[in-house]
Amino acid sequence: MSEKLSRFSGTGDYIVSEELQNSVNVAIALGRPLLVKGEPGTGKTMLAKSAAENLGLKFIIWNIKSTTKAQEGLYVYDTVQRLYDSQFGDRDVSDIKQYIRLGKLGEAFTSDEQVVLLIDEIDKADLEFPNDLLWELDIMSYFIPETGETITAKNRPLVIITSNAEKELPDAFLRRCIFHYIDFPDKAMMASIIKVHHPDLEERLMLQAMEAFYSLRNVSGLLKKPSTSELLDWVQALELGGINPDRLTHELPFLGVLLKKNQDLDRVPRNQQERGGRSKSFPYSQRG
Amino acid sequence: MFINFFHQLKSEGVPVSLNEWMTLMEALAKGLAFSSLTGFYYLARAVLIKSEAHYDRYDLAFAKHFQGLETSDDVIKHALEWLANSQPPLHVPPGERSPFANWDLDELRRQLEDRLKRQDGEHHGGSQWIGTGGTSPFGHSGYHKAGVRIGGQSVNRSAVQVAAERHYQEFRDDQITGVRSFEVALRKLRQFSTRTEGPKDELDLDGTIDATCKNAGKLKLVWERPRRNTMKVILLMDSGGSMNQYMQLCSRLFTAAHRATHFKDMRFYYFHNCIYDRIYTSPSLTSRNAVKTEDVLSSLKADYRLIIAGDASMAPSELTMRGGAIDWDMHNEQPGLFWLERLARHLPFSVWLNPIPSEHWDRTEGYYSIALIQRVFPMFELTPEGLEQALKKLKAKTK
Repeated sequence: MSEKLSRFSGTGDYIVSEELQNSVNVAIALGRPLLVKGEPGTGKTMLAKSAAENLGLKFIIWNIKSTTKAQEGLYVYDTVQRLYDSQFGDRDVSDIKQYIRLGKLGEAFTSDEQVVLLIDEIDKADLEFPNDLLWELDIMSYFIPETGETITAKNRPLVIITSNAEKELPDAFLRRCIFHYIDFPDKAMMASIIKVHHPDLEERLMLQAMEAFYSLRNVSGLLKKPSTSELLDWVQALELGGINPDRLTHELPFLGVLLKKNQDLDRVPRNQQERGGRSKSFPYSQRG
Repeated sequence: MFINFFHQLKSEGVPVSLNEWMTLMEALAKGLAFSSLTGFYYLARAVLIKSEAHYDRYDLAFAKHFQGLETSDDVIKHALEWLANSQPPLHVPPGERSPFANWDLDELRRQLEDRLKRQDGEHHGGSQWIGTGGTSPFGHSGYHKAGVRIGGQSVNRSAVQVAAERHYQEFRDDQITGVRSFEVALRKLRQFSTRTEGPKDELDLDGTIDATCKNAGKLKLVWERPRRNTMKVILLMDSGGSMNQYMQLCSRLFTAAHRATHFKDMRFYYFHNCIYDRIYTSPSLTSRNAVKTEDVLSSLKADYRLIIAGDASMAPSELTMRGGAIDWDMHNEQPGLFWLERLARHLPFSVWLNPIPSEHWDRTEGYYSIALIQRVFPMFELTPEGLEQALKKLKAKTK
């Protein structure tokens, strides 16, 4: 890779803290994967998208599910297709190469331009999954025994990995990553995030909504604390519903947008919850 | 360079490997810390620390190591400007390039005291006296290589200050956290429970298709060993008066254990302070839901993992004397310790989780009974970290 320091600095619709910017730039400069953790809804996935946009790179997403195997990211050998072809004689079955389909990692490696590869929610997969990718992510190349081919990265991709900490990641894997934990935004940061998404929002409504939101997050014992994306939805609901900011000081309309669990709704003091009939006609249900 | 910081991190209990340290050196060589302490703080954290649970320890180590090295970031900004304006970096006098070298805190303190004695009024914009907006080492809103800020607001918070604020304290994994972290910890009891031995008696469908195709269409069956979880767990919880203050914590463990669906068998029992000839199937501890400890024991094979959760704080007599049970009507023929030892003998995989933080174990009122019980069961704190250690212990026999 050239020594040119690409600098990531956030995009118009994604506000990024200076520390996170630094972490991204460190990952680029060192050519290491960046592992991002944080509460759900703090914009982990958005980060990769914004980085790709900001750096002007192609963006490849590899969504991990509980059934995903590391092998699928490298390549898949479509043996069944080959068997069909051998019986019906459609294609030349001796050419194995046409039955090798590259996975997302292979796609990122063979791309002519540098890409941003997002490995989303790596903790969803099997415990051994990260270990199986160690070597490939380290030297950015792998071997396909069926064809005797070696796939090597033309341009070292910027790999961003997100995790929700559902499973502990192996130490050997962690040692090779740059790590960043996305903090929950403070009020000033949150205000600028809201402004980016709802530029026309009335200042007073925003302040009141944030006040209510942070006090709600402080209610102890919530199973799922409301997050940034929920606040954004809520603000939109308030705006569409034409809620007077003063109303927020003594009640919380559309609470179902913020809290998704019945137990949590019960935890919030009754007098703060809504009783008025105005929201009944609104599409957001109380018990969302 | 900074090798003492490496040792400081180690001594705070941050798992740093030499590999990561070398990566940090590489990053420093590339100038990624932007020659500022704040830059170094974030860079080193991104490279060395791999879990938010260790952020707090990192902050502690950083604050300890770089204490007294508060530099105003203005200086660095200036230095960077000079660096940017001049072509060869040598142009900048070496003294100005390293903003926090060449000064001595004690010397500054001495000077400050001296000047406090002699100064008679306000001085702003000067270079000698304590004031604002000047280049004297003392005062605020001014500019000096390594000044002492007196009052006022720091314009750019320095890294040491950020570290000293300890924002990540609540993420420490030895602190009490939610149900979820217990769940994550309990899941670890699975990884050593897959069977590596036994007959291959389950048809591997994917493998069969694969092998058949590779075999040019002739059927080839592939068998594999079933991956069953054989882990069986019995959880015994103290549900007595002294446990009330730890109720929330215990209920988190209970919820997490209840949600854990990966065990082959999971049983819950309750006791009051200590285990005698009867234990209970409900936390209300009424005689209606009492069962004989002996019956329970005989139904358990030795491969059950025993987890006892309790504060282990009781009068010594409850452990060592016949009839010592705290409930008057529950006269016990055998002392509590006898039952505990019997449990430990019968179930060699066993641990005791104590909601009292371990640093208080030798000071709390129940220190005597805690020490006695520790001789029978390995004892761990009831925190996610403690639970993790305890589960590790459950892998191997205690005796």
